[in-house]
Amino acid sequence: MSSFTPNRRSLLKGGVALGAGVAAPTIFTGQSWAASHAYTNAPQGGSVTLGFNVPQTGPYADEGADELLAQQLAVEHLNGMGDGGCLNTFSSKALKGNGILGKKVEFVTGDTQTKSDAARASAKSMIEKDGAIMINGGSSSGVAVAVQGLCQEAGVIFMAGLTHANDTTGKDRKANGFRHFFNAYMSAAALAPVLEAELGADRRAYHLTADYNWGWTQEESIVASTQAMGWETVNTVKTPLASTDFSSYITPVLNSGADVLVLNHYGGNMVNSLSNAIQFDLLNKQVNGKDFKIVVPLYSELMAAGAGENIKGVLGSMNYNWQLDNEGSKQFVKSFGEKYGKPPSNSAQTCYAQVLLYADACERAGTFNPCGVVAALEGFEFDGLGNGKTLYRADDHQCFKDVLVVRGAQNPTTAYDTLEIVNVTPAEQVTYAPNNPLFGGDEASLGTCNPGA
Amino acid sequence: MLRLTKKDISLLVVVIVLTMLAPFLLNPFPSDSGLAQFNAGYPDLMQKFVIFGIFAIGFNILFGLTGYLSFGHAAFLGVGSYAAVWMYKLVSYNVLPAVVLAVIVAGLFSVLIGYVSLRRSGIYFSILTLAFAQMSFALAYSVLSNPSFNLTNGETGLQVYANDPQIFHGDHLPNFPHLFGLSMGSTYKMAAGAWEFQFNVAYYFCAIFMILAFYLSMRLVRSPFGLILRAVKTNQTRLNYTGLNTRPYTLAAFVISGMYAGLAGGLLAATDPLAGAERMQWTASGEVVLMTILGGVGTLIGPILGAGFIKYLENIFSKINDNVLHQWFSFMPDGIEDLMVMIIHPFVGKGWHLTLGLMFMLVVTFLPGGLVEGGQRIKTWWANRKSSDKAGKPASTPAE
Repeated sequence: MSSFTPNRRSLLKGGVALGAGVAAPTIFTGQSWAASHAYTNAPQGGSVTLGFNVPQTGPYADEGADELLAQQLAVEHLNGMGDGGCLNTFSSKALKGNGILGKKVEFVTGDTQTKSDAARASAKSMIEKDGAIMINGGSSSGVAVAVQGLCQEAGVIFMAGLTHANDTTGKDRKANGFRHFFNAYMSAAALAPVLEAELGADRRAYHLTADYNWGWTQEESIVASTQAMGWETVNTVKTPLASTDFSSYITPVLNSGADVLVLNHYGGNMVNSLSNAIQFDLLNKQVNGKDFKIVVPLYSELMAAGAGENIKGVLGSMNYNWQLDNEGSKQFVKSFGEKYGKPPSNSAQTCYAQVLLYADACERAGTFNPCGVVAALEGFEFDGLGNGKTLYRADDHQCFKDVLVVRGAQNPTTAYDTLEIVNVTPAEQVTYAPNNPLFGGDEASLGTCNPGA
Repeated sequence: MLRLTKKDISLLVVVIVLTMLAPFLLNPFPSDSGLAQFNAGYPDLMQKFVIFGIFAIGFNILFGLTGYLSFGHAAFLGVGSYAAVWMYKLVSYNVLPAVVLAVIVAGLFSVLIGYVSLRRSGIYFSILTLAFAQMSFALAYSVLSNPSFNLTNGETGLQVYANDPQIFHGDHLPNFPHLFGLSMGSTYKMAAGAWEFQFNVAYYFCAIFMILAFYLSMRLVRSPFGLILRAVKTNQTRLNYTGLNTRPYTLAAFVISGMYAGLAGGLLAATDPLAGAERMQWTASGEVVLMTILGGVGTLIGPILGAGFIKYLENIFSKINDNVLHQWFSFMPDGIEDLMVMIIHPFVGKGWHLTLGLMFMLVVTFLPGGLVEGGQRIKTWWANRKSSDKAGKPASTPAE
C-alpha cells in the first residue's frame, strides 16, 4: 500500500485517459441506441423476456412453486411446444404458438420472499438487468400493490398473481397493472346468498381477522354483505399475523353468544386457527338453538391440504377449482396434469391465464408497447381459460367472472378432491361499481399508462 | 488537508475509485454471454451495495469499536425510510430534505432506544435492542397502519399517492424522487461493443454519501473518541474504575451508528419511494451483523465488503434457476447433466441462504477476521513470495 503515491500529474493523465475511454464507444453507438427505445425494454433480436416473480421462500412458498410450474407451462404453450394447452380453447385466436409477435418467449425468475421490499428488488433486477417487459406472479396483496407501483414507474406491464385484497384494483389500482384473480368483495358477495340459504338469515357472526391490509378488507366486505342480509356481527377481533396458536382467541368466541365463526385468515394462519377451532369442538356445539358453523372466506387447495380433516363441512370461496367442468378448464387440467402429475391450484391457474392474456394482448395490439397492451386488455371479453366467460373491466383492470363457493368434502377419495363445489355464483352477482367505497370511492384512479423510457 | 495518514488516504482513494468505476467493474461479462448472469452492474444492485455499505459502516462503529452487539439496528433503517417517504408525501419528491429528515429522525429514535438499552451490556443489551426492533416492526406492520391512523401503511408499505399534499411539487418535476429536478431513476446506458454499462443518478448520489460516510468513520476511528470506544471494548470495567463515565461515549456511538442506519434508510427511499415494514424485521437486523462479521469486525473496509458480498449472493444466486443450470451443463451427456443440476440445485435459487450459511461458517472458522483477513493473508503470502524470489531464501528467518 505504501508504494501508492499519486501525484497531481499522474492523476490528471489517468483521468484524461479514463474520460476518453468512457466517451469513445458512446460516440459510435449512441445513435442506434436512441432509435430503438420508444418504451422500456423493447425486445431486441428474436426473443422477448418475461419476469416471473413468485414467493420461493417464506409462508407462501408452496403457492409460489405452483405458480412457477404454471408459468413455465404457459411459456411452453406460447412457444408451440407441448399440447398447446388453452391456446386450443381460448376464444381469441391471435396466438399461433410461435412465441409472441414471432419472438421466442424466454423468462427469468425471482423470489419475492412475500416481502414488498424484496419483491421490488427482485422485479427491479428483472427489469434493469434482464430486460423483462412484463412481471407476473406473487401470492400476497401487499407484494402485488408494491410491485404494481414499481411497474407503473418503470413502464412495464404487471399481471398480478394471487392477490385478493380489494386495494389491488381499488385505491391502489394502476394503469399498467391487471388482476385476473377475484377479490374480497366478490368473495363476500358470492358467499352471502349461500350462507343465507344454508345457515339462515338470523345468525350472529364472530370474526377473527389477520391484522393487516388483506384481513381488514376481507372483514369489511364480509361484514357489509352479511349484515345486509340480516346477520348480526357480535365482534371483530384482530389477530397478529405471526400468531401460530389461536386458542386464546377461540375461548371468548364460546362465551360471546355467536353461532358463526368467520376466519379472515389465509395460508398458515388459517390452517392454525381452523385447527384450534376444531380442537375446541366448536363444530359440534349448539348456540341459540342452532348448529355452530365456521366460514373461511378465501380457500386454497394448499390450505385445505394443510388443514386436513379439519375442513370438512367448512364453507369458503375460490377463484378457480380444477373440478370445474368447462372446455378451458378440462384442457388446462389435462396439460398441467400430464406434465406435473397433479391437478393445478387456484394460484397456478391465475398465473397461467395472466401470461396467456398478456401474450394475446400483445398479438392483438401488434406491439409490446405497454400502452398498446393496456388498450388491448381494457374491456376485453374472453372465454376458454378455465373460468368461463370473463371481462377485463376498463375502469379498474379487474376481471369479472363467476366465483366458486366451495365446501370441505365429507368423504374425499384422493388428496386432490378435498373441496367440493357448492355453487358457481354468476359474474353479475359479484359485479360492483368502479367507484364503490370499498374500492377507494371516487378518488381511486388508474392514472395514465406509462411506456417508460 | 484530510487529516489522514498516508495509508488511510490511499485506502480512501481506492474506495473512491472502486465506487466511481463500479458500473464498469461489476459488468465484466458481455451482455449476451452465458456469464452475464453473474454481472452485478445494474442500478438496483449497485445502489444496494453502497446503501448497505453505509449501514454496515455505521453498525461497525458501534459493534466493531465498542463491542456492543445491537440486534435491532434495522429499526433505525426502517424509521429513516418512513421519515423520507413522509417527506415525499408532505413536501416534495426532492431527496435532500428527505435524507436529512431521515437522519434526524433515526438519530432521535436511537437516543431513545440507546438510553434504555445501554443500561445493560453483553447479551442483555442485544436482547433489549432486539425487543425494541421487533416492537417497532409490529407497530409498523399492523398497529400504526389501522385505517383511522395510518402512519406506515402496513404490509403494503408506505408510498406516495396522487392525492398527497406534496406542497412543493410542480408539474415540471419528475414524479419520482429527484435532486432539484434530476430524476433519481434516470440511467445513462452506454453500449460498448458487446457490453452495456449503466450509469444511474441514484447510484452516484448514494455513492457520494457512502464515500463521505466512509471518510467520517475513518476520522472517527482514528480520533481520541474512537480510542475510548475501543477501550470500552477491551475492558469497560477497568475504564470505569479509572473514573471515566463510559455511558455518554457508548450512547454517542450508538446514536452515530443509528444515524448512519437512518441515512441508509433515507437513501433506500431515495432510490425507490416505498418503505416496507420488513426493513425493520429481526432478519434485517441479523443481516447487518452478518455483513459486518463476514467482512471483518472493526476494520474500515470490511463492512462494505461484507455488505457487497451478501447483497450479491441475495440478488445473483437467488436468480439462478434450474433452466439456467441446464443451459450451463447442456454440453454434458444427459444423465450427467441432470446429476450436475441436482447437485448444484440446493445451493442456488431459493437455496441461496444455504450458500450464504456455508460461506459464513467457512469465513468464521478459517478467517475470524473476515474477508479483510483473507485479503491480508493473500497480501502477506504474495509479499513473502516476492521477497523470497529476490533474496532466494525464505522471508521469515528464525530469530537468533
